[in-house]
Amino acid sequence: MKKMIDTDLLVIGGGAAGLCAAAEAAGAGARVTVIESDLHAGGQLVKQTHKFFGSKDEYAGTRGFKIADILLDEINSLGDKVEIRTNTTVTGYYPEEGFFTAMKGEEEYYRIKAKKTVVATGAQERLIPFPNNDLPGVYGAGAVQTLMNVYGVVPGKKVLMVGAGNIGLIVSYQLRQAGVEIAAVVEAMPKVGGYWVHAAKIRRLGIPILLRHTIVEAFGDKVIEGAVIQELDDKFSLIGEPRTIECDVICMAVGLTPTTELFWQADARMLYCPQLCGHVPYRDETMRTSHPDIWVAGDASGIEEASAAMVEGRIAGHSAAKALGLPVREESFKEYWTRLDHLRAGEVGEKIRGGICQVLVDGWEA
Amino acid sequence: MELIQKHPILEFRHGNEVTFTFDGQEMKGFEGEPIAMALHANDVRIYRVTPEMKRPRGFFCAIGKCSSCFMVVDGVPNVRTCVTPLEPGMKVETQHGKGLVPLEAK
Ligand SMILES: Cc1cc2nc3c(=O)[nH]c(=O)nc-3n(C[C@H](O)[C@H](O)[C@H](O)COP(=O)(O)OP(=O)(O)OC[C@H]3O[C@@H](n4cnc5c(N)ncnc54)[C@H](O)[C@@H]3O)c2cc1C
Ligand code: FES
Repeated sequence: MKKMIDTDLLVIGGGAAGLCAAAEAAGAGARVTVIESDLHAGGQLVKQTHKFFGSKDEYAGTRGFKIADILLDEINSLGDKVEIRTNTTVTGYYPEEGFFTAMKGEEEYYRIKAKKTVVATGAQERLIPFPNNDLPGVYGAGAVQTLMNVYGVVPGKKVLMVGAGNIGLIVSYQLRQAGVEIAAVVEAMPKVGGYWVHAAKIRRLGIPILLRHTIVEAFGDKVIEGAVIQELDDKFSLIGEPRTIECDVICMAVGLTPTTELFWQADARMLYCPQLCGHVPYRDETMRTSHPDIWVAGDASGIEEASAAMVEGRIAGHSAAKALGLPVREESFKEYWTRLDHLRAGEVGEKIRGGICQVLVDGWEA
Repeated sequence: MELIQKHPILEFRHGNEVTFTFDGQEMKGFEGEPIAMALHANDVRIYRVTPEMKRPRGFFCAIGKCSSCFMVVDGVPNVRTCVTPLEPGMKVETQHGKGLVPLEAK
C-alpha cells in the first residue's frame, strides 16, 4: 500500500465542477489527481436523463449523463496527465502538515500531498423532520436517481414526492420513465419552485401537484407503508383534515446544502448564506478561498446548476494552473466570467447574484 | 431481481451476475455494483438496526455520506454498502447496533 502520493493539483470530487477543473488545469500542463468517492466519476450528471437547460457553451440540450461522457472524453484526450481515483474518499485535511488523507474502499488509507487543491465536493441532501422519517423507504431524491438511473433498480411501487422544486419535478418524471407510480407531489409553498416546463410535464402525466401541503407523518411496520399529508395556511400552520396516502417510498426533494467539511478543516473563511443554501467559503474572482492553496468550485461553493459548476471548475482549474507557474491563456479567464454572468443574468439568477455578492472578495492579502 | 426492463432513454449495461449471501440467504447481484443496490433489487430494505432505539434503517443518500446503510460485510462492521462494490461470495449481514471490531467478533 502506498502511504503518500504526490501531485501538482488535487481535485476533490469528480462531478461537473471537478472534472472541468481537472481538464482545464491538465490542458495547461498540470499533473492532476482527481479523487472521487463514488464508483465512477460524473457526480450528479450521470443520474440525469433529461436534456439540460443553460447555454450552448455548457451543453444545454444535451442529456446530463452524456455531458459526463463529454467531459471524460476531454480528460482522456489529454493523455495521462489526469489520474482519476474512484471509490476513494478524502477524509480529512491536516493544515499543519499540509496533507489530505484519503480512504480507498473501507480499509486502505493513504496521504496526499498536493501543491494546489480544488475542492469540488458538491452537495448533500436535506431532510425535514416528521415522525418515522428514519424508516427504510424514506429516500433522498439523489438516492432514488442512483437506484433507477445508474443501476436500473426499481425504487418502489408507489412514491410520494416531497418538494416541487426542479429536483422533485424532474425526479418524478424520471420515476415515471422507469415505470413507477407517483401518488402525488406535495409542496409547502403556494407555488411550484421549479421551472414551468418541468411542472407542465408532470401535470400532463396526470400527477397531482398539491401546493400548500406537507407531509406530517410517515407510517409502516419496519418499512414505509404510507404517509399522512395535510394542507397549510399562509402562516404554514396545518389546516383541514389529514389525508393518508399509500406508498412504499417517500422521496425527499427538499433541497441541497453545500458539502464543506474540508473548508472548515482548512480554516477557510466561511459565511452562512441562505441564497447559496448553507455555509460556503468566501472566494475571490479566481475561486480561490482564503486558504492560498485551496480553490472551490460547483455546488460546494453554493447550490446552483451544473452549467455554472462547470464554468467555475474551469476558472478554478485555470487559476490553480497559473499559480503552479504554468502558462495559461489569459483571455480564457474573461471568457469564463462572461459565461457565468450570462448564466446568472435576469430574474432566475437574482437569488444567486444576491448570494455571490456576499462572499466574493476583491482579492486576498498576500 | 426487481430491475427496470424497459427504459425510454437509458440502456443498462450490467456486469457479471454473481452470488452473495444476505443473513445466510443466497442472492444474486451484479459484480462491481454497490451492495445496497443489489439488496434493494432483491427486495431487501432493512440494512441495519440502530444501537439504542432498535429502529430499522435502510439507505438514504446512496453517496456514502449519511451512514444510514452501514452493514457487516465479510465480518467487517460499518461498511457503507451504498458505495462498496459487490464481489462474488460476499457475506452481507444486517448490522445490529454498532457492530464488533472483527478481532472481537472472531
Ligand atoms: C434532479 C436534478 C436535476 C438537475 N438538472 C439540472 C439541469 O437541467 N441543468 C443544470 O445545469 N443543472 C442541473 N442540476 C444540478 C447539477 O446536477 C449540479 O448543480 C451539478 O452536478 C453540480 O456539480 P458539482 O461538481 O459541484 O457537484 P456533484 O455533481 O455533486 O459532484 C461532487 C462529487 O464529489 C464527490 N465527493 C464529495 N465529497 C467527496 C470527498 N470527500 N472525497 C471524494 N469525493 C467526494 C461526490 O461523490 C460527487 O461525485 C440538477 C440536479 C439534480 C439533482
Ligand atoms: S446511504 Fe448514505 S452512506 Fe450509504
